[in-house]
Amino acid sequence: MSDNASSSDTVVQIDQLSLDFDTVDGPVHALSGIDLAIREGEFVSLIGPSGCGKTTLLRVIADLEKHSSGKILVNGVSPDQARQDRSYGYVFQAPALYPWRTVTKNVVLPLEIMGLTRSQQQARAKKYLDLVNLGGFENKYPWQLSGGMQQRVSIARALSVEPQLLLMDEPFGALDEITRDHLNEQLLELWRKTRKTVVFVTHSIPEAVFLSSRVVVMSPRPGRVMDVIECNLPSERTLDIRETPDFLSLAHRVRQGLKAGHSYDDE
Amino acid sequence: MNDAARSQGRIFPVSVIIVVLTIIWYAGAVYLNSGQLIDRYNKRSVQWDITQLAADAWSMKRPVLPAPHQVARELKKTVLDQKITSKRSLIYHAGVTLSSALLGFVLATALGIGLAIGIVYVATLDRSLMPWIIASQTVPILALAPMIIVVLGSVGITGLFPKSVISMYLCFFPVVVGMVKGLRSPEPMLLDQMHTYCASRTQVFFKLRLPSAIPFLFASLKVAIALSVVGAIVAELPTGGQGGLGARLLTGSYYGQTTMIWAALITASVVSATLVSIVALGERTMLRRLDGGQVARA
Amino acid sequence: MNIFSSTRISNTSLAGALFIVLGLFGELSSAATWIDTPIGLVGLGCVAGALSVSGLTTKCSSTNRAISLAFVLVALWAAVNLAHTETVMGQVSGGYWCFVIALALAIWATMSRFAAITPTPGVGAFLYQFLVPGLFGVWLIVLWELITVGLGIPRVLLPPPSLVGEAIASSLGVLAADFRQTIIRAVLPGFVMGNLAGFAIALWADRVPFLRRGLLPVGNLVSAIPIVGIAPIMVMWFGFDWQSKAAVVVIMTFFPMLVNTVAGLGGSSAIELDLMRSIGASHWQTFTRVRLPNALPFIFNALKINSALALIGAIVAEFFGTPIVGIGFRISTEAGRMNMEMVWASIALSAVSGSLFYGLLAVVERRATFWHPSFRQLSAKRL
Repeated sequence: MSDNASSSDTVVQIDQLSLDFDTVDGPVHALSGIDLAIREGEFVSLIGPSGCGKTTLLRVIADLEKHSSGKILVNGVSPDQARQDRSYGYVFQAPALYPWRTVTKNVVLPLEIMGLTRSQQQARAKKYLDLVNLGGFENKYPWQLSGGMQQRVSIARALSVEPQLLLMDEPFGALDEITRDHLNEQLLELWRKTRKTVVFVTHSIPEAVFLSSRVVVMSPRPGRVMDVIECNLPSERTLDIRETPDFLSLAHRVRQGLKAGHSYDDE
Repeated sequence: MNDAARSQGRIFPVSVIIVVLTIIWYAGAVYLNSGQLIDRYNKRSVQWDITQLAADAWSMKRPVLPAPHQVARELKKTVLDQKITSKRSLIYHAGVTLSSALLGFVLATALGIGLAIGIVYVATLDRSLMPWIIASQTVPILALAPMIIVVLGSVGITGLFPKSVISMYLCFFPVVVGMVKGLRSPEPMLLDQMHTYCASRTQVFFKLRLPSAIPFLFASLKVAIALSVVGAIVAELPTGGQGGLGARLLTGSYYGQTTMIWAALITASVVSATLVSIVALGERTMLRRLDGGQVARA
Repeated sequence: MNIFSSTRISNTSLAGALFIVLGLFGELSSAATWIDTPIGLVGLGCVAGALSVSGLTTKCSSTNRAISLAFVLVALWAAVNLAHTETVMGQVSGGYWCFVIALALAIWATMSRFAAITPTPGVGAFLYQFLVPGLFGVWLIVLWELITVGLGIPRVLLPPPSLVGEAIASSLGVLAADFRQTIIRAVLPGFVMGNLAGFAIALWADRVPFLRRGLLPVGNLVSAIPIVGIAPIMVMWFGFDWQSKAAVVVIMTFFPMLVNTVAGLGGSSAIELDLMRSIGASHWQTFTRVRLPNALPFIFNALKINSALALIGAIVAEFFGTPIVGIGFRISTEAGRMNMEMVWASIALSAVSGSLFYGLLAVVERRATFWHPSFRQLSAKRL
């Protein structure tokens, strides 16, 4: 246990983590020898082409997938324990809202399962719906909202359990670019306000660089980390920053990492 | 109603089809009854033409195929002109059939939902039970009906229950199939989400699987309730004396009373269609509630 | 999930062991017992063996599974033999039932073992999928035998399967004639005609929207009607022989095919149809290349529903008058003579014919609509 010293502010600690799937055509190495430490308050993006295992890695952190070998600690405990402590919130690719529940009822779903009282549930729903600027939509049904609004409900729901860690799996992947830019700004604002640790999966280079304090570049077959890029962009930033040379050089480095990963598997 | 326009577009075609069917029925009555009539004309060497033939064909005492108005008259006689408690009233017989059909339907729904939950939650039951549930439906239970009645009767179980067992056997199948499909319908993502919430099996069942299964359940219930009537009618065939629409069919068939058969058939159809529409109504209310509509229930 | 199922299996084995012990106590305290007979010992030993192999070992190898399967089969054989011995027949003891319960638990544990694995595709997998349901079916039949023989249930109520088997063997000729009359002469022609007619009208309705809008609600209404009720009418019109039964089958199968085909033909997406229009396909080309394949799952659904309906229709129609041959005739006359073995033999005949017919349709369906999501195999478990 060499990481005892750093564990106080390390939220996710991953050492030599591997995961193999058994398929009809033999085993697939979804993840291989991953080393990664995510510190408290960081915004880390996992980026890579499809099949590079970025979503799988996120699912391992969330205890939705079991790793084959290596070690992983979330909040200093196993992912299973972390899940039972409700120490993370997970946002899926699709809003995953229940059509028969109102917006509020959707947000309080995990709270119902945790067994919070009705008044606590209502208070939290109000607080987090306001935080994602959805005050006034409490009694609407999900299908009465736009795609972007639905995904904001889903983020409010993930926040409602008040986790320290927010896991987001391409949350804006299905939205159009204009909505996505808008939500990126809102998410950044949210992160500044709440100081949550965020692990964010994406396949968009500008999105990753714009949002993150660190970008982890991954490549497929086997899924592994190619490069980890620190982004020291000013914390107060708007979308305009994407025109600056600093931003462009960071984006360039991410692209180089992705290219390096690709050269392996084009046999 | 949003689909008012669409259903308006249906009324005319459906009326046309019904008129065409009625015309075919009248023509069929002339055609099928003509053999007997022509024989009779020839025996008495009566001169006849087509109008004479049609008039006679539509007013025979024991026609091969009674004309619609004859069936209507029989219906009036047995439905409106009789006391409901009388054994001559079709309402009384329909009531007998209805009660065993409904009991069978309720039993089948309970059995079907129970089996479906077992199949969805226990892998061994899924593998071992499902093929036999399918095979059970290839056993012509309707052919067993008389025997089941006789066997249960000989151990002292008579009346409503044996008939309901047959209804149940016939209609638990769609409930199992629909419910299994429904309980398995939630997307993997929603199940994963429940996993991240650390939801217990019971919570997943009541908050996710059950509501997701409701539309499937109601689609199955509509099929099942129609089958329950079929089951009840067939179960009544061997118990001729005890009443019920099936008993009427059998009596009609013994005495060559075709009008009686048709009247019983039409009553059965009305009972069946009414039950299906009641379930459909329940379905609509339930689905509107699931989808929320604009109903705020806080 | 894995942890959960393995603990459950050992619970099953524990419960099984408990019942074996209970049974031993019960039997050893009674005067006349089956437990010291060779078959009794073999049976007990095999149940214990199956329970320990499938429950107490944590490894789940194919050898383990094969051994517990062999144990279970021998135990089933022993249980049936025991039921027919003097000490058990008609006067079973509590100890014997404990043994049967332990056997049930052993079978459950074995089935769980086999159900837990997904075999790699191939000929083996095709045979393998019949194993668990097959074992379950054998168990049902054995249980039926044990209960009827063990409790001495009167044969007129429920004959044991062994006697039904004898009845089948001794009256193959009669059953063959019944099969020919009911299945070959009534069900098959009726099934073919009814489905073809339903399909043809559906095609016509598809070209004529007016007809479709008028016919579909009527078709749905008819599907709620107990059509078997027309059986006596058909017997009056077409006589006692197979023609009347085929007519009932035609009418019963017509509407499900009509309604399903129309629904299936309307199931093609706008994108698929726009694509065909954009490449200048004719009506016929669009039909054969896009709309018919999309309708196939619906058509097969109707065929499968109809396969059960056709048998029911033909057999029920035979109650209303028939020449002295046919499955329905056999069931009603033999039931009247309280010859239940023969009744059950006829039921078995119709059930086997029905299942084979259904199975055949299912195989053809799988071949014809292999691309349908319900048949696509996932390449990996949770990818």
